[in-house]
Amino acid sequence: MCLAIPMELIEITGEGTGKVNAGGIRTDVSLMMIPHAKVGDYLIIHAGFGIEILDREEARIRLDLFKEIAEATRHLEET
Amino acid sequence: MKQGDESLAARSLSREIYEEAGALPTEVRFMEVCGTHTMAIHEAGLKSLLPENIKLVSGPGCPVCVTEKSFIDEAILIGKEYDACLVTFGDLVRVPGSFGSLASYRAEGGSIRVVYSPLDAIAAAEEALGRPTVFLGVGFETTIPTIAATLKTALGKGVDNLFVVSAFKTIHPPLKILAAKDDLDGFLLPGHVSAILGSNCFEYLPRDFHKAGVVAGFEGLDILQALRDLVRMVARKSPHIANDYKRVVRSEGNPTARALIDEVFAPCDASWRGLGVIPGSGLVPKGPYSRFDASVHLPVDVPPAEDDPRCRCAAILMGSRTPDTCGLFGRECTPEYPVGPCMVSSEGTCAAYYKYGAV
Ligand code: SF4
Repeated sequence: MCLAIPMELIEITGEGTGKVNAGGIRTDVSLMMIPHAKVGDYLIIHAGFGIEILDREEARIRLDLFKEIAEATRHLEET
Repeated sequence: MKQGDESLAARSLSREIYEEAGALPTEVRFMEVCGTHTMAIHEAGLKSLLPENIKLVSGPGCPVCVTEKSFIDEAILIGKEYDACLVTFGDLVRVPGSFGSLASYRAEGGSIRVVYSPLDAIAAAEEALGRPTVFLGVGFETTIPTIAATLKTALGKGVDNLFVVSAFKTIHPPLKILAAKDDLDGFLLPGHVSAILGSNCFEYLPRDFHKAGVVAGFEGLDILQALRDLVRMVARKSPHIANDYKRVVRSEGNPTARALIDEVFAPCDASWRGLGVIPGSGLVPKGPYSRFDASVHLPVDVPPAEDDPRCRCAAILMGSRTPDTCGLFGRECTPEYPVGPCMVSSEGTCAAYYKYGAV
């Protein structure tokens, strides 16, 4: 039921509406729940609505953490 | 991440889970509340990365699974009696009611329109030129604000032939019942329900029930990380709420979405398939929005529905049983011919076990 892949907001098309893009697929979304969304934001979409904006800083922290864990494991498994 | 990083990180998290779990004297059981987590866990084969004494059970967070059979019956009766066009999300179409499913009703000539967004119901109502157009409203706090926004838009446009049958469910009332169960040690909290409600709203789990809760994303690593944190809390006897999905979930949630819910809906008692009536766990349109309430404006007599007494969905939704202990599983009950709701929904526990095998 929940789509977890964030989609990029590429255009504000009207009051409370926008267009998103993910891998070349473009669709209209309602921004009624995230009126502060800006072009370039990555959105979590549910049933045609943006429900939240991806926090890029937190996304980066998470990736760095997993990279770090992977590096440490690689060392551990090689030695 | 570099190639192979993901599996390295997964192995490392799995190792940590083994270490923490090794110190535990008994089995611990965690419930994944959300159906999308159930599917992700099976798809990624995560159970094979967990030690024997860590058990994952599915909860009531699959909207179709907890929707009463009589809801389908009511929808079809409304369609027939008022010559209404029924508008629904795709996953309800095959759910068996007492006298057929929406799919079989359509085959008999009934009017069913499957939509991806509830906003499409407004277009359907406008095209229907006055014919009643009825949206079948199921879902939790992720979906409910999308319906609220739809009704608000419809009110603004003066659409007067749109109605909604409300079988919405809110997550806290059943979660409080489940948290009181001795055989559950912690909860993998639903990512997108939390995006709306905020991670703070689960504080009652540790405070009132001494249970751990971790808000998790939907990728394999997200779930493993959350499970590691859950095991750690249990092993260290310090249950609290952690948010491992900070890239999407804020501690205070999405207040705009919650304001939409509060503007359009009022709480009511709701009947959960398998669990019975839970006070205050449903929502109905209120104030100016009550004009959209199908139960008021398109009333029908719905006979009481009986579930197959051999179906174990009730115990499965409570995390007390697994599908492989149901005598019908894989024999009389398959995704092709589902007996109970946990098999009919693609997110249902029985469907997940059937597709990926019991592990
Ligand atoms: S296998 Fe079918 S009958 Fe058995 S509990 Fe699951 S849905 Fe119900």
